[in-house]
Amino acid sequence: MDYFNETIDSIHQKLVAKEMSPQELTQATLTNIQRLNPHLNAFITVNDQAQAPKEIDTENPLQGIALAIKDNILTKGMKTTAASRMLANFSPIYSATVTAKALNAGMINIGKTNMDEFAMGSSTETSHFGITKNPWNTAKVPGGSSGGSAAAVASGQVLAALGTDTGGSIRQPASFNGIFGIKPTYGRVSRWGVIAFSSSLDQVGVLSRHVADSAHVLKAISGFDAHDNTSSDSPVPDYTKITPQVKGLKVAVPEEFMGAGVQAEVKKQIQLAIKVLEQNGAIVDTVSLPHAQYAVQVYYIIASSEASSNLQRYDGIRYGFRAEDVHNLEDVYVKSRSEGFGDEVKRRIMLGTFALSAGYYDAYFNKAAQVRTLIIDDFKKVFADYDLVVGPTSPTTAFDIGSRIDDPLVMYMNDILTIPANLAGLPAASVPVGFADGMPVGLQLIAQPFAEQTIFNAAQFLENEINFLQQRPQIGGQN
Amino acid sequence: MNFETTIGLEVHVELKTKTKMFSPSPVSYGAKPNTNANVIDFGFPGTLPTVNKYAYKLGIMTALALNAQVNQDTHFDRKNYFYPDNPKAYQITQKEQPLAHDGWIEINVDGNKKKIGIEELHIEEDAGKNTHGEAGYSYVDLNRQGTPLIEIVSKPDIKSPDEAYAYLERLRQIIQFTGASDVKMEEGSMRVDTNISVRPIGSDKLGQKIELKNLNSFKHVKNGLAFEEKRQVGILMAGGTIRPETRRYDEPTDSTILMRVKEGADDYRYFPEPDLPDYHIDSDWIDQIRQEIPEMPDKRRQRYIQDLKIPEYDAGVLTDTKEMSDFFDQTVALGADPKQVSNWLMVNVNAYMNENNLDLNQTKLTPEHLATMIGLVKDGTISSKIAKKVFAETIANGSEPKAWVESKGLVQQSDPAVLTPIIDQILDDNEQSIVDFKNGKDRAFGFLVGQIMKQTHGQANPKVVNQILTAEIKKR
Repeated sequence: MDYFNETIDSIHQKLVAKEMSPQELTQATLTNIQRLNPHLNAFITVNDQAQAPKEIDTENPLQGIALAIKDNILTKGMKTTAASRMLANFSPIYSATVTAKALNAGMINIGKTNMDEFAMGSSTETSHFGITKNPWNTAKVPGGSSGGSAAAVASGQVLAALGTDTGGSIRQPASFNGIFGIKPTYGRVSRWGVIAFSSSLDQVGVLSRHVADSAHVLKAISGFDAHDNTSSDSPVPDYTKITPQVKGLKVAVPEEFMGAGVQAEVKKQIQLAIKVLEQNGAIVDTVSLPHAQYAVQVYYIIASSEASSNLQRYDGIRYGFRAEDVHNLEDVYVKSRSEGFGDEVKRRIMLGTFALSAGYYDAYFNKAAQVRTLIIDDFKKVFADYDLVVGPTSPTTAFDIGSRIDDPLVMYMNDILTIPANLAGLPAASVPVGFADGMPVGLQLIAQPFAEQTIFNAAQFLENEINFLQQRPQIGGQN
Repeated sequence: MNFETTIGLEVHVELKTKTKMFSPSPVSYGAKPNTNANVIDFGFPGTLPTVNKYAYKLGIMTALALNAQVNQDTHFDRKNYFYPDNPKAYQITQKEQPLAHDGWIEINVDGNKKKIGIEELHIEEDAGKNTHGEAGYSYVDLNRQGTPLIEIVSKPDIKSPDEAYAYLERLRQIIQFTGASDVKMEEGSMRVDTNISVRPIGSDKLGQKIELKNLNSFKHVKNGLAFEEKRQVGILMAGGTIRPETRRYDEPTDSTILMRVKEGADDYRYFPEPDLPDYHIDSDWIDQIRQEIPEMPDKRRQRYIQDLKIPEYDAGVLTDTKEMSDFFDQTVALGADPKQVSNWLMVNVNAYMNENNLDLNQTKLTPEHLATMIGLVKDGTISSKIAKKVFAETIANGSEPKAWVESKGLVQQSDPAVLTPIIDQILDDNEQSIVDFKNGKDRAFGFLVGQIMKQTHGQANPKVVNQILTAEIKKR
């Protein structure tokens, strides 16, 4: 069954009209995954036991729709590994709030997707379970850290997937895979049951080929959660009520986002997309986010500091990997952590531990926190006059597998355009707008806190106008 | 050379909440290991802390009772260290913006009153408990993990082990009166760490401080500090220098023993807890909590002395614990004579508690019982001798005094119509005693009273017996 160009709404209509049964849909999804996944390694765990609903509720478009879930989001009774040896056999005894909400809304957990270990990475190459490949060109990375979710969606294995975004981990892979991906406002979605990387930055979001599908899923997983004191109690709008137009929309293009670091071909595609907005009534201006240039440095100090603390609980005592041949407590700690964590995770733990240590705290963590405030203020100033900030999601298209993994600084710089939205807690998305050297290019849309609807409206307009979705990747997309 | 001592006390007090500081697990003492712990307490991946507002309330109440200034903008921080009883490998505490600061309490040592300053009070979570078993294995119990604590840090105002002892006594008393904690050293709901340094009098710099641990009672604190004071002075007098050390109090030898020499400060890599937003306390809430603070021991003592005419010493004993003081107030509120209530509590109730090693609330006695019993004596229903029997029965078995007195036929006999014939009979049988009495032998009167009491099984009202007996002897 080819559902590549279907949407949640169109599938729902077919289910309601009994053109197919929910069982057939679920079976077709599993068959599709079995056929495509070996080419991409998008999944760590496939839920072969997935149960389709017996009846279809005509009022609930999410019912019976398969959802791929990033493997740092807890699924009760189903292995949740964070793509780490440390949790390779960890089966949680409770589910994340987002998991519970999606399942309560009728969705089916079809499997757990590959990612960078503990979401630390921009290429899904740091996974303990092998690299994931880009369906448009299997020599390229899918981006990261939600690379498995992005590849599963882009190749047509699932309509939608959950990801997490700490510094661009939804938007950058969405951009690399030619799909839509949205990280909502910090606090919009509960973090309960999401394996923490950097608590002040982590946020769960959605990836899908069609903008409207992400709106459906985001609506289902959003909202206040008593388990998460950082979750917001502001009401959740019906994101699916999309108005695909940009007339009168005030769009700001930060000059810092279009600088020399951005590949010429990427820049060209972005400028074309901005022109489309302008031609259809958007008011476009160039603005400045003067402190955005420090975003990567600020991010790697704050995120690594928080991570160094968050990952201390993996000590080999209560759950997770424990080294053999240990003779005392110190051994349990040192050997379990040395053998259980991969290089990138260790690098960040060391960086964060250093940044927090006495004598360096003021120069690093404190300074980073201060600059973070300046970046937040930059955005506030722009949003006083504009509805959306746009620019490239990534300075490049998907790069070759293995080309950056040994050069962390080059790898880190790839996130320079996505990180500012995390530091400021803003909703941000990537929508595909074209190709550069045969690989997809994503336009990033950043809005004010809780203005996700503005993003959905503009993104839907671009999806309609640019017609990117007619393109099909090398792997998947056809039978 | 003369030396002066400076002592610092860090007191941890468990707040009396139903659930933990950051998780809905129940808080209770003595449960089976790891039964009062959930995924949060175990530090499972994906778990998040949520603030227990009631713990905040108790913390604020304590701060106010200790005359401290409440910080309206508080924030939690993480204190990072690895240990098996610390499942997240960080403790959530308050370092930069603690709950309150600059409090004080007044102590009284040998009649000298002195204010001791409190540097700060902050809220934090307790750790679990490690126990060490056989073959090198250790066991972790996370029941205590996450129990709300406040840490109370004294200013360097305490100058002697006696002052330290008085400070702890006073602190415990005040907190107990707020009801915010059980403050029981033996159950760990109050714990004390201390540091002590000595310096030559006149020196403008504090001496090298030593930290002292393993202090399981206030007496240990006092004795440990006294030992340390002498040890440190001895070293300095001998021309030695004090090393920065952590030492433990050793009860059998009543001395302190080196645990470790400290090399540089521990680095806990504190940073703001990102899982919890800033916690703002608005002034209305503080005012409301201020209204709810129970009457403090000083005020109660004053009230007992002035309004109820209780002697100063007795008022002090009655306000030593909140339990005793509440019991007293409740009994008086039921109409019992304050002086009588005070006597019963100070003498008989205290003796019973000491004999049986019980707290007041572990006995069967209630304020209603005591008030009834005092009433029965007052209206002549029972004699004060019988009252002792009633008390013994009630405090041990919880019997209702009036019903028990009636069921046992212990009601006092005061009716002259009943007593007169009995007395006449006794007089008829003891004519020699009448003669003796009339000849000035007072003892004979006592003998006759004894015979009457024997005849009435002790139930005759002695006052009435005296009156009738005197009158009847005159007639003869």
